[in-house]
Amino acid sequence: MSLVLNEEEIMLRDSAAGFLAETANVDAFRKHRDNPPPAGFDQALWGSIAEMGWCGIAIDEAHGGLGYGFTGLGLIIEQMGKNLTVSPFNSTVLMAGTAIAQFGTEAQKQEWLPKIAAGEVVMALAIQEGSHFDLDSLSTSVSAQGDSFAVKAEKRQVLDAIGADAYVVVGKDVSGYQAFIVTADQVSVQDQSMVDARSSGTVVIDISLSADAQMDPQSLNSGGLERALDIMNIGLAAELLGVSVEAFERTVGYLRERKQFGKVIGSFQGLQHRAADLFAELELCKAIVLKGLRAVDAGDDLGGLASAVKAKLAQISQRATNEGVQMHGGIGMTDEYDIGFFIKRARVLEHTLGDFHYHLDRYALQGGY
Amino acid sequence: MSDLNTFRTETRSWLEANCPESMRVPIRSFEDIYNGGRNPEMSHPDQKIWCDRMAERGWTVPEWPKAYGGGGLSKAEAKVLREEMARIGARSPLDSFGISMLGPALLKFGNEDQKLEHLPPIVRGEIRWCQGYSEPNAGSDLASLATRAEDKGDHYIVNGQKIWTSYADKADWIFCLVRTDNTGSKHEGISFVLFDMATPGVTTRPIKLISGSSPFCETFFDDVPVLKKNLVGEEGKGWTIAKYLLTHEREMISSFGAASGKKTLGQRAADNMGTDASGRLRAGTLRSVIAQYQLDTLAFAATMEKVTAEAKAGQGLGPASSIFKYYGTELNKRRNELLLSVEGESALGWDGEEYNEGEIARAWLRSKGNSIEGGTSEVQLNIVAKRVLGLPDA
Repeated sequence: MSLVLNEEEIMLRDSAAGFLAETANVDAFRKHRDNPPPAGFDQALWGSIAEMGWCGIAIDEAHGGLGYGFTGLGLIIEQMGKNLTVSPFNSTVLMAGTAIAQFGTEAQKQEWLPKIAAGEVVMALAIQEGSHFDLDSLSTSVSAQGDSFAVKAEKRQVLDAIGADAYVVVGKDVSGYQAFIVTADQVSVQDQSMVDARSSGTVVIDISLSADAQMDPQSLNSGGLERALDIMNIGLAAELLGVSVEAFERTVGYLRERKQFGKVIGSFQGLQHRAADLFAELELCKAIVLKGLRAVDAGDDLGGLASAVKAKLAQISQRATNEGVQMHGGIGMTDEYDIGFFIKRARVLEHTLGDFHYHLDRYALQGGY
Repeated sequence: MSDLNTFRTETRSWLEANCPESMRVPIRSFEDIYNGGRNPEMSHPDQKIWCDRMAERGWTVPEWPKAYGGGGLSKAEAKVLREEMARIGARSPLDSFGISMLGPALLKFGNEDQKLEHLPPIVRGEIRWCQGYSEPNAGSDLASLATRAEDKGDHYIVNGQKIWTSYADKADWIFCLVRTDNTGSKHEGISFVLFDMATPGVTTRPIKLISGSSPFCETFFDDVPVLKKNLVGEEGKGWTIAKYLLTHEREMISSFGAASGKKTLGQRAADNMGTDASGRLRAGTLRSVIAQYQLDTLAFAATMEKVTAEAKAGQGLGPASSIFKYYGTELNKRRNELLLSVEGESALGWDGEEYNEGEIARAWLRSKGNSIEGGTSEVQLNIVAKRVLGLPDA
């Protein structure tokens, strides 16, 4: 598939950009940060997002979605990144939705996907154990007991844990991965306030679950979990792209205005070359994110590509946001100025489902070295 | 669509019948690349035969108009031809600055007589061209060039010196930037002229590089007469053509970065240095640097793919070509530097069969020039900062 957006995609991107810039922008984020709503997100905004059909964009038509694909979803997420939009969109649509589509049973797909597509439910993915995301070191937290399963686990960095109605919980038993859909009343949630001021928490599960909560172990263990995580990471990279590009544009804007030594600081070659080099890197980021999204839609093997996309965006988002603070100088360090919001959001996104080092390592392994 | 299938079938059988076996062997050295010219250099006599056969159909330049000797193929047909050539591993029949640089400039800026005179010999590989741009005092600041062309009625008299003229000692003609007026700004008063390197008053001297090779020359002009019919475009407006060609050149040089063998650098390192039980390269710090290089290579290839797709969709190329040159050449330097780390001592050999005549070391040294020729990396960053990011002059 061609790495150029078609007219329909451009329209979708522009309408998302217009809507979010008006109603879910950086000012709205600041208000949220200062006065977080009890549910962890703005329910009116969530309603509008659902009304526009965004929640069902990547869900197939048989399960109540639009079947439009992940390129469209990625374009929306990127705009959310630019605007620092707060909503349970990533956790519900990108993460839980993808997990259910990839390794849910048909009954679970019938039950949950239409609700996700309609924005009627908020869901979260509970997978990480300990301080780092690492698929290889999930502890054996599931054991079969006749027709039911005993699940005992502590899952960390669960995005939108607070307001979620249900969770996709991924763990391991002696034979391999196991996953379940559990409802909010079956878990206990501890609010963990993180640097980006979004809802996030630790989910503690210690319960016996009936077989109908179990997700399809066969698709889970035959590449379904990896593919789902690959798709999620490409989606997270799309948000990192939006965060990085916006931080960069704000920074270049500042370079054009700020005067020192009687000159606009953007006229200094030391800053010009750093900005130009970062521009080049961001062009690479735009291309590789689009390549990742197209590969998802084409059903291609995502192998090392998803880790490449996440690693590249992790690396350049660090640079774009660090340079953002540095080039703004003193005001970049103040809470009053918005540039600091971007560096905070970028790091949480990076560390969700594997950071730069995790994905660089995985990319190298997939490349045979 | 079926027309294209017919074209494919015909092309396939023509190539089978006409491409010599020796021209289906991968290129191993610079001598295997055929550049044509009055005194062509060849590693195999089939090179000229292959070039002549392809040129007869205009397929040395498949997309140029038939009126000037080109193949007159559509984009889709040219793609089929490329695919069919790749299928049998056919070498490019002819590689030259005439094809990659002067030709596109003449098609865009030349008059009808100039096109008819100069394009067909380029197609047939009869005339090899070189480019007279840089001067000892006009490198990154190319527009300050000083080679003078004095108006003598029906001709100019050219005096001055060029440097870094690629293969000037092997070329038959030169396309050259000269100053016809120095009263205005430095970008004004530059003209684009063509002349025969055999004209009395032209001398060349090769420059030996740190890699041991001499792809560049110093070129001297001492009262060289140039007929006015060989002025391309208007007098004093040569900078427009020069800029157009620089964009072309930068795209060409940037493609060095995409060049690679069948094995990735990481796999080569794994073969040479071994992996642990988990499949990870033992040299852990090197592994991480290689992975970052591979990652950027992948992202850079995606960028080229995206920009090509956008251009095809009519969204234009724009300043992206400056990013290509900068990024592609820096990437190629990283690759060559890493190759030294991966190969170790065997990469440092300079002569002898054991060291493959110093292939790796020479390529490594040659790569250092990639970010200097055709506009340094620093100039590329200046261009991006000013033209793309809108940052002001100091």
